[in-house]
Amino acid sequence: MKSARILFNNDTLNVTVNDQDQVVTSEGKILEESTFTWLPPCDGKMFVLAINYADHAAELSFKAPDEPLVFLKNKNSLIGHDQLTFRPDNVDYMHYECELVVVIGKEAKNVSQEDAMDYVGGYTIGNDYAIRDYLENYYRPNLRVKSRDTCTPIGPYLVDAKDVKDPHNLMLRTYINGELKQEGNTKDLVFNIPHLIAYLSDIMTLTPGDMIFTGTPEGLADVKPGDVVVTEVEGVGVLKNTIISETDYLNTLNQ
Amino acid sequence: MFYYKQKESNTNVSKTASSRSDIALDNTFLPPTTGSVIGVALNNKQLAASLEVAFNEKPHVQPPKTPVLHIKTDNTHIGYGHSIKVPSDKGAVFAGPSLGIVIGKTATRVSADNALDHIQGFTLVNEVSLAETSFYRPAVKAKCRDTFCPIGPWTIDKSLIETPNQLAIKTLINGSVVHETNTDQLIYPVEEIVSYISSFMTLEEGDIIIAGTPERTPELEIKPGDSVTIEIEEIGSLTNPVEQE
Repeated sequence: MKSARILFNNDTLNVTVNDQDQVVTSEGKILEESTFTWLPPCDGKMFVLAINYADHAAELSFKAPDEPLVFLKNKNSLIGHDQLTFRPDNVDYMHYECELVVVIGKEAKNVSQEDAMDYVGGYTIGNDYAIRDYLENYYRPNLRVKSRDTCTPIGPYLVDAKDVKDPHNLMLRTYINGELKQEGNTKDLVFNIPHLIAYLSDIMTLTPGDMIFTGTPEGLADVKPGDVVVTEVEGVGVLKNTIISETDYLNTLNQ
Repeated sequence: MFYYKQKESNTNVSKTASSRSDIALDNTFLPPTTGSVIGVALNNKQLAASLEVAFNEKPHVQPPKTPVLHIKTDNTHIGYGHSIKVPSDKGAVFAGPSLGIVIGKTATRVSADNALDHIQGFTLVNEVSLAETSFYRPAVKAKCRDTFCPIGPWTIDKSLIETPNQLAIKTLINGSVVHETNTDQLIYPVEEIVSYISSFMTLEEGDIIIAGTPERTPELEIKPGDSVTIEIEEIGSLTNPVEQE
């Protein structure tokens, strides 16, 4: 089963998505894609893994860490499928990061790796944009790099955990304007999903809706206003996003 | 006006009072809001001075150019009177006395001059933390344990505070004053903090910003059995017992 949240006639609706990727309301009505806005399919804490693919670590000239390197984002950064993300004026390098997102399904505290998969509610796709110009060596990657308004597209929908047979063998791909730029596979995760759930639930209580962005493989590239960025995870869906300029973004705020 | 939340027969009830003497404090209090809680680390003049050498060495290389932010996740938030649970095997645990800035209306890209328009009022925060040996990587393990962020007991309306940037802050453990600081020690004052964060993160009504905590000196260590109180002039006091996790 695939579930989503949309904005339809100014109401937030919980809907399902059928095998033809059509949105179906709780009354069974199919909605045309142009009549609604996709919202993030989940709501909770946002954990993101840095350098959790060995090839990406090499790309950033880092040694893969000894324990998961986790940072947090705030919900201000979340947007749904097929929305707009702005690139600040006068920056040199803004890149996407295609990630499998694990969504917690039930409360988890001190969960063992053996039991961890029981706590997964589902999966979705996250695009964890970063603006490298703003990196500083304090709580790196700092919030100004990662937790920016519009900079975390997520969705389009949540796929039930039971419908993803092996989350540790899924292809990830990113396309800019149709051109393949990034490719990897979740089998190359440095810390796999059970490890991450056990690690986090040792520190704190996880609750349904919490999101674990599991990291991105190599293949980063700069994005510019006008670019259409598509991130996809095999069996989980295709997440589309369009880059706009800061000026255009400011105009949308004033509308 | 004072704004607060209490748990009454399993429902969370929002309340207001015109005087603090009308509020009977007990352990039914919840944090006064349910928004995101963003902390500003290293935002204390004495603390920054004590780290001057470390700031210029690896891995930091140079002092921070912008306010250093972190997130206190929802599992950390507790109300007045609820227990802070400290682990037995993670080293010392420290209180983190701070002014809490409560956002009153959506703030996107507000100037420091307009920041107060977006603030509902102020509260008290105890930003509990394990020791931090470095500020290079996000402090999730040190700062995001369950119960590590008492908030409350109330939000006091901004109209009742003359200037948020000159308020005495005391920390008491078991009734004795162990630490004193003042919001005049903030490197970035309240208005600049709100302006900076809102320059890239939209703040929503009910979000809380932890303005800045002092250096975690040994006097601020809390242990099971203690009762820790943060007191801020004009705002009130926040007391929580400490117990073993």
